[in-house]
Amino acid sequence: MARISSRRDFLRKTAALTGGAVAAGAGAAPLSVPPSAQEPGRPIPEAMYGMPARYEAHVARRRSDVLKNRQNWSDWSMTPLQHQPGIITPNGLVFERHHAGTPDIDPAKHRLAIHGMVKQPLAFAMDDLVRYPSVSRFHFHECSGNGLTDWLKPASSTVQQTHGLLSGVLWTGVPAATLLEEAGIDPRGKWALFEGADAAAHARSIPMEKVLDDAIIAYAMNGERLRPENGYPVRLVLPGWEGNTSVKWLRRIKVSDEPWHLRSETARYTDPMPEGKWRQFSMVMECKSVITSPSGGQQLKGAGFYEITGLAWSGAGRIRAVDVSVDGGRNWREAVVEEPIMDKCLTRFKVGWDWNGAPAVLMSRALDSTGYVQPAVQEIQKARAIAGFVQHHNGIQPWSVNAKGEVRNAIGQA
Amino acid sequence: MRSAKLKSSLALAVAALWISGCANQSLSGIPLGSTGLHAVQPLPDKPRFGQPMSEAELAAWNIDIRTPDGRGLPAGQGSVAEGRKVYEAKCVACHGADAKGGPMYGTMVGGIGSFTTNTRVLTPGSMYPYAPILFDYIRRSMPMDRPQTLTASEVYALSAYLLNLNGLVPADAVMDQGSLPRVQMPNRNGFLLDDRPDTKSLRCMTNCR
Repeated sequence: MARISSRRDFLRKTAALTGGAVAAGAGAAPLSVPPSAQEPGRPIPEAMYGMPARYEAHVARRRSDVLKNRQNWSDWSMTPLQHQPGIITPNGLVFERHHAGTPDIDPAKHRLAIHGMVKQPLAFAMDDLVRYPSVSRFHFHECSGNGLTDWLKPASSTVQQTHGLLSGVLWTGVPAATLLEEAGIDPRGKWALFEGADAAAHARSIPMEKVLDDAIIAYAMNGERLRPENGYPVRLVLPGWEGNTSVKWLRRIKVSDEPWHLRSETARYTDPMPEGKWRQFSMVMECKSVITSPSGGQQLKGAGFYEITGLAWSGAGRIRAVDVSVDGGRNWREAVVEEPIMDKCLTRFKVGWDWNGAPAVLMSRALDSTGYVQPAVQEIQKARAIAGFVQHHNGIQPWSVNAKGEVRNAIGQA
Repeated sequence: MRSAKLKSSLALAVAALWISGCANQSLSGIPLGSTGLHAVQPLPDKPRFGQPMSEAELAAWNIDIRTPDGRGLPAGQGSVAEGRKVYEAKCVACHGADAKGGPMYGTMVGGIGSFTTNTRVLTPGSMYPYAPILFDYIRRSMPMDRPQTLTASEVYALSAYLLNLNGLVPADAVMDQGSLPRVQMPNRNGFLLDDRPDTKSLRCMTNCR
């Protein structure tokens, strides 16, 4: 039976999953004064861009080791979610998906053109775009293909590989509405084409309703200008929609009365459906969650206390609640959802767990502000055809823990 | 008359608000995931920094084809035989002989009728609902090492060649802005508009399975 808890008692939820206290360690060696305390460190250089500690070099974007493309121009690299605390992805770790590599674009030469069904076609230079009143908004960014290798049986070992086409970003830019209104939208202009200046000239048809609702012409992310691989010097951001609609290296917006039905919205980025059909213009990334720790490839250090934590998000609104199961989905407990809880944004959930050392299967399930409950893959299978490279996987992700504390991908196994 | 007009425009505005408040309905017919109005701060003096341009000045960038009716297709023409020559010079290295797959990419031929099987084979022939998608995509993205360098006639010729390999036009076909949109594609009616959410999971808490 569906039951939505009205109580949000942190202690109750935490106490429910944590039984005993963790035993204190015994026999630790006496502490010595470390060399770092006995000699000066690195002086401050005249100018530098800071980098992570050298001991963190394993925290890096990686290409999938499951689905290996035979070239690296139309390819992707994934965010190491297992190493990300909080809800913001550092710019050097924001996932990549390009169709023809990362272009090198001089912002002084770049132009953004708006034309088609407008009163006056316009071109904008970058130094003019940044003069407009700006907005900054936190949103998740997710590729429609996130999870496509792991629908029915495990292929990926880590959460980076299963869910790493996902990042959390504070985008800054100009509302698209500001620029379109300056050009003067023809009342018949119900769709707009957004096109990149990259070698794929990647393009998508976007309904004007979405453009005028919350689209951002973004030039900055997480407090600095866009990274080249994320669209430098300017890109579209469509909050909550599949990543590829947020066209990078944006050079052109063309207004029309009908969509274009390009390859990128017919032969690609469509969903296989029963009876040989395809679902088109499926833009919203539906409510989803994943446990990032403990997650696939990790090793528990024996029985005792662990914080189960992960991310939840929805392209249709805010996260209302996240439930966690440690018994493969038989019983669920409501997790603590950490503030801030923002619209179409990564949201962090946490719950304490006292592992008794027996095999367990961990799962999370998110619920959004529309009342939609994240489904199990079996529920999605009832409506769609899971055949080939299937997009829009928002199914529940199980991780199994064996008696040795090894954590493994258990999709389709639990 | 005037008040009737005002009344109907008010009703429209209310309807628009109501529509935008529902995640599952929109004027375009697809779910938007809309969460309400995002107000832009009104400013007393609106900045206007756009540089006015003419469509003629934008012509080199104006490469999109509206594929259902072929609007935007330029002058030029190309035959199946000419397409084979261009293909063998500029495409075969990645896509393989007769477009059947090469070192980089899989086949661009066949797959028609495969969508009702467990192994869907996606090619321009099996997948594209409209033939002008070939022109739009080849012109904007191909060849991968030198995109946006083919002439319009070379793009028409490649479109003719690939359509012929897929059995959709005869060997003597010539493609141009008139003939390309008229090619009947087998997947023309293969698409459904987004109708999600398509699952209705319940929030079960105990003894769920």
